[in-house]
Amino acid sequence: MNVVPEQKTGRTRPGPGLRAALLVLPLLVFIGVTFLAPLANMLVRSVHDPVVADALPGTLEKLRDWDGRNLPDEAIYEALAGELLKSREDRTLGQVATRINRVQSGLRSALTRTARRLGNVEDGPWREAMTGIHAAWGETGTWLALREAGDRYTTRHYLNALDLQRDPGGSIVRQPEDRRIYLILFWRTLLVSLGVTTLCLLIGYPVARLIAHAPPRRAYLLLILVLVPFWTSLLVRTTSWIVLLQNQGVLNDMFVFLGVIGDDGRLAMIYNMTGTFVAMTHVLLPFMVLPLYSVMSAIPRVQTSAAESLGATAWQSFWRVYWPQTLPGVGAGCLLVFILAIGYYITPALVGGSTGQLISNMIAFHMQSSLNWSLAAALGGILLVCVAGLYVLYDRVVGIERMRLG
Amino acid sequence: MEGSRRPYVEYRKVSKSYDGKTTVVDGVDLDIRKGEFLTLLGPSGSGKTTCLMMLAGFETTTSGEILVDGRSIHNLPPRKRGIGMVFQNYALFPHMTVGANLAFPLEVRGMDRARCRERVERALQLVRLEGFEQRRPGQLSGGQQQRVAIARALVFDPELVLMDEPLGALDRRLREEMQYEIRRIHKTLGVTVVYVTHDQQEAMVMSDRIAVLRDGRVEQVADPETLYEEPQRSFVARFIGENNRLHGKVMGIEGDICEVFVGGEIIEAIRIAPCQVGDATTLSIRPERVAVSPKSGRYTNELVGVVEDITFLGDFLRLRVTVCRTSNFIIKIPNTVGHGALLAGDKILIGWTPTDCRVLDPDPEEETP
Repeated sequence: MNVVPEQKTGRTRPGPGLRAALLVLPLLVFIGVTFLAPLANMLVRSVHDPVVADALPGTLEKLRDWDGRNLPDEAIYEALAGELLKSREDRTLGQVATRINRVQSGLRSALTRTARRLGNVEDGPWREAMTGIHAAWGETGTWLALREAGDRYTTRHYLNALDLQRDPGGSIVRQPEDRRIYLILFWRTLLVSLGVTTLCLLIGYPVARLIAHAPPRRAYLLLILVLVPFWTSLLVRTTSWIVLLQNQGVLNDMFVFLGVIGDDGRLAMIYNMTGTFVAMTHVLLPFMVLPLYSVMSAIPRVQTSAAESLGATAWQSFWRVYWPQTLPGVGAGCLLVFILAIGYYITPALVGGSTGQLISNMIAFHMQSSLNWSLAAALGGILLVCVAGLYVLYDRVVGIERMRLG
Repeated sequence: MEGSRRPYVEYRKVSKSYDGKTTVVDGVDLDIRKGEFLTLLGPSGSGKTTCLMMLAGFETTTSGEILVDGRSIHNLPPRKRGIGMVFQNYALFPHMTVGANLAFPLEVRGMDRARCRERVERALQLVRLEGFEQRRPGQLSGGQQQRVAIARALVFDPELVLMDEPLGALDRRLREEMQYEIRRIHKTLGVTVVYVTHDQQEAMVMSDRIAVLRDGRVEQVADPETLYEEPQRSFVARFIGENNRLHGKVMGIEGDICEVFVGGEIIEAIRIAPCQVGDATTLSIRPERVAVSPKSGRYTNELVGVVEDITFLGDFLRLRVTVCRTSNFIIKIPNTVGHGALLAGDKILIGWTPTDCRVLDPDPEEETP
């Protein structure tokens, strides 16, 4: 019998499949830790918030049987008083107050002041004592808010993100008009993304065609011209747009110099929607050009000649022969640009001013400033669903296997 | 010239240069008759495809003009020339079905649906691809794609069809089959075909006439037999069929017969190239026109050679002989002598008549096309 060398050494090597899997393992771990886990965490956060429930378990337990119309009875006041004091000692009161305040604004001070002053109150009746400290305890709304904030699992953040809320009866209604902000932002983001995608396609298509059909040397040069901005820092590119477009910027100065506009009629091209549009289109253009270029360079030029020899006009040859063959590239480019645009954050933040802000800027605001991570997570979750929906739609209409990214 | 005799396509001193210095096509004069199958034959870089593309309208002429049916087509864009074109790699539209590919030239001409379908069906019948309308080009074999390409070039009834090395991508067996097919279609329809190839075999099999091109010039235009039997230029003799070339010097001229000094021997040959005594020349003689061991005195040219090697081809023997100080003189003789009758190293007498040996222009080039 032949002895295989491996057996001699007493070790068996892993098979090629296992070895390949081991090689990929670090990548999988990396993706898991840095991408999938935070994503899951964020999605959980958007529906799960145990802070209030953990801090005020007794109160919430008792509030469950409350009818919601009259003020709760003394036992509930007593439970809340006790738990507020404990929460103050545990230093969780701030977090609790913030969360309740999000359900009904103004309650933060009610909670913190009550907790502070309750320290001096020895004995009941607690209802009078608390109502005395803050009038909010005499309103059913306060208790309703408290009960709502106490849900461990809640759709509140999603409702909030869609400018909806629950009325006291529990049915879903729209937010009062002055508090509707997110839907408009979603719409604006969608429209801006669509607009940027369209612009990128309109600008990128001829560029890609030029590169794809140029002689090799010139094609490389043009490709590098497309890629150089791609390699430059996003911040540099965005700020250079500020230099160009601002009120005292290059473009305005030139217009004034040429007499196209008066000195007092300088165009506002930045820190508004225009700025967001221009800068985003510029930043995202390579993502359109590259897939298009890859698809176009695979189309033999002789196809156009063939169409012409068969009697087609330039337009017929383009529209019936060339364009349909570039559709996989168009699809890939549009999908890529749209998905990137819909979550775009830095550019609008820098050049968008107040009117050019998109939903991502709002998510960033809730992550960094208001610290309402649950709402940020809900907004992000909605965005994720939108993008996934688009992907599915694209797959149904065009077929994802036909997409060519380059 | 009378209208009926007038050639269908005329190249008039057509030249083409891309950079203004090197000419790709250099003063080509060429007449193509209505209904004939004319092949432009030449090695790569001879300008044959450029000639075709100028006719199709994808290249402009630098000077000279091309007339079709007596009219200059200089300012006509390709789509208005009404010329069917078969491209090297078929150039079928991969996103359309076979039926849509064929209907395309009809639709852009604004033909209605019913007539379109009828024409498409007829064209598919012509190339024997009935029932393939719904397939896509990617689902067809190379030969089938080629048939579709031909059908598409014919479906709008052009009077002139151009084919640019259409069989180059096919394997040999398929190529021979398609050669026959294209011939059949040409005979059925009677259209004028201009065909480009670098394969002399293919040109010989298919063409009514062949124009041999070299370095942008037409060397000779003739039917295949004439081209083989009576090459006017050394290049043509070398390019078409197998051929022995002997380089020498003209020593004397008497009528059509020249005496040429080649490698220590005097050979009589028929004068084709205009030459004078003292000119360098290349003699051309076909291997099958050389007789081995003839009766002494039967031929004017009789030489003694040494057999270098013998290749057995079944029906033929191919001898490589040293004669006139060249060691690659080829002789083909029918296998009537049998195996072993001749051996390498044998001294043999060979001979040929002066009319089979042609005095052509000197052709020092040794590369084979």
